[in-house]
Amino acid sequence: MLARRDLLAGAAALAASGSLAAAAGERLSEDALLRFAPLGQVTLLHLSDLHGQLLPAHLREAEINRGVGGARAEPPFLTGAAFRRWFGIAAGTPMAHAVSAEDFERLARSYGRMGGLDRIATLVAAIRADRPGRTLLLDGGDTWQGGWPALASRGAAIVAAMAPLAPEAMTGHWEFTYGAEQMRALIAAAEAAGTRFLAGNVQDREWNDDVFPALHLFERGGVAVAVIGQAFPYTPIANPARLIPDWTMGIQAEKLAERVAEARAAGAEVVVLLSHNGVALDRALARRIEGIDVILSGHTHDCTPAPLTVGRTLLVASGAHGKFLTRIDLAVAGGRVVEHRHALIPVFAEAIRPDAATAAAVAAARAPHAPLLDTVLAETETTLWRRGTLNGTWDDLICAALMAETGAEIALSPGFRWGTALPAASPITMEAVLEQTAITYPNVWRRSMTGEQIKALLEDVADNLFHPDPFYQQGGDMVRAGGLGFVLDPDAPKGRRIDALTLLASGAPLEAGRSYAVAGWAAVGEEVAGPPVWETVAAHLRRLGTVRIAPNAAIRLA
Amino acid sequence: MPITAHIGRRTALTAAGALAAAAVLPPAAPAATRTPTEVTIAKIVGNRAVNQGRIAIRLPAIAENGNAVPLTVAVESPMTAADHVKTVHIFADANPFAEVASFHFTPACGRAEASTRIRLGETQDVIAVAEMSDGSVYLARQEVKVTIGGCGG
Repeated sequence: MLARRDLLAGAAALAASGSLAAAAGERLSEDALLRFAPLGQVTLLHLSDLHGQLLPAHLREAEINRGVGGARAEPPFLTGAAFRRWFGIAAGTPMAHAVSAEDFERLARSYGRMGGLDRIATLVAAIRADRPGRTLLLDGGDTWQGGWPALASRGAAIVAAMAPLAPEAMTGHWEFTYGAEQMRALIAAAEAAGTRFLAGNVQDREWNDDVFPALHLFERGGVAVAVIGQAFPYTPIANPARLIPDWTMGIQAEKLAERVAEARAAGAEVVVLLSHNGVALDRALARRIEGIDVILSGHTHDCTPAPLTVGRTLLVASGAHGKFLTRIDLAVAGGRVVEHRHALIPVFAEAIRPDAATAAAVAAARAPHAPLLDTVLAETETTLWRRGTLNGTWDDLICAALMAETGAEIALSPGFRWGTALPAASPITMEAVLEQTAITYPNVWRRSMTGEQIKALLEDVADNLFHPDPFYQQGGDMVRAGGLGFVLDPDAPKGRRIDALTLLASGAPLEAGRSYAVAGWAAVGEEVAGPPVWETVAAHLRRLGTVRIAPNAAIRLA
Repeated sequence: MPITAHIGRRTALTAAGALAAAAVLPPAAPAATRTPTEVTIAKIVGNRAVNQGRIAIRLPAIAENGNAVPLTVAVESPMTAADHVKTVHIFADANPFAEVASFHFTPACGRAEASTRIRLGETQDVIAVAEMSDGSVYLARQEVKVTIGGCGG
């Protein structure tokens, strides 16, 4: 539970950093974004879930981000005005646009795109110059997947683009979907650039040996800082296990506690968990494991304008797609953190000068694919977005394409949280489609499923998201559905969360015993042979010419 | 963290039995409504009290592969002639054959710990029942989700 005084301290620090000082409509300068009164010996910088997003983009936060039980009323399960109020952020300000979907179209036009690896590099370089020998840039993973340059190069283009930033350490999740062999090659390239891949919860399936180093002890500002890596524990379940057949993962809380003790025994005065668990699970872990000073939490794409606290553990999250960079300064005395100062820096692309070396690396990553990526497929009259517990309009478009191109009555599309937003009245390029779809198992499937099977599938996914115990939650959003209406009650018991299933084509209730033609993509089981989903979506868009998608009223929360 | 939301009636009954140190298994439920596991556990326990604690079950919260779920069970005990763990029974309540294994220990074992891989057909509680040399009985359970997967993040 976040104490009121922590909140206030966080808000004060945020104001000191310049991001909150801006008024509604005011443009932040690079200087204002970097404004920060340094503290203590160590500066941690956290970047996570870049998802291969090299260029600035529009990124719309969730309107609905539903939690279960008591967690529902606190971050990260707050959105819009409730989120702003919790952190003391005024409406209409640049920070409000960065953390909330409110008034998205107008504010997106006003404040412009966010992120861009060359802009992040500028911020990182400035902070490193200000804090030489004291700074650690830590990458929470999901960096090498997302978009076409990443997929076409099997991650290599992103590793190359990250090289000028050279994070000191990283962990992973989608990185594993390139397969074990390619991942090892990418890690070798990253390590050559100065980035250690840390993951204490990945073991060899046969002998249970660690596959990667779990932790590294850095010395910064005269302080021994241990960084422990925690990869996304459910990678072999949420993504195809066949891509990493010899590796087993999991939360492994006991092993993590041992690593923390090991780090302290080795002289660590600060213990940092570089985590891809997601905020809800990290908070639960912090309650269970003593001795972690800072958890840098990735995976769920949440952002924390002020740190959340669990006992003496600070928990921070830094959004996704390069939209934010977190800075946290630590004062250490007597082998423990005695004071901290934090800023969630919103990366407003128009305010920040691009770093030349990184800009060149980004251009080199994109250039070979420019003719494909610049292809205009259609125009959208309404904003396309993905983030949220239920269907986004991008997902509705993908589902419509799956049904139209395969003749299926029902479509299912995974509840990925990554993917950029496209404001109304924008051309839809192949690049935009690939930012929603570029994965190593993109093939479209079509099969017959009974109503009972469809319900069981929806219930299974719902339990992975809304299990009352965070240790059983996988993160992500509800599987997207097309051609189907239902009511979701996250607080209902397992197997009873989905109600009022309706086939939209007929308006009739879904029948348990009847078979339906269902299409989908991103199968995690056996390989399927259909075309990659971006081809299906592109074909559909070319046919449509103009896209207009109303918010989905058929799928709603109870 | 509220856990009542997902506990079925029979789970709640056995959990209540496990929580109350003086209660015996089976609880008041009539025999006809008991699962085979509950019947078997009731036979093992007899009219002894069921205690909580001492048993650590290590299982993944979510199984990577339901066909081979790594399980370690360990029971705190000095493992002396006077005070040791005699037997640990493992049950998977929703499996067609719920009795997964029984591990027998002697003081010569040094510690009461066993690891194996078990098959779980669906999401369920794995239950461990430990019988001690002094006749006392301990019970612990842990939920393991067996999911068809698919991803967010």
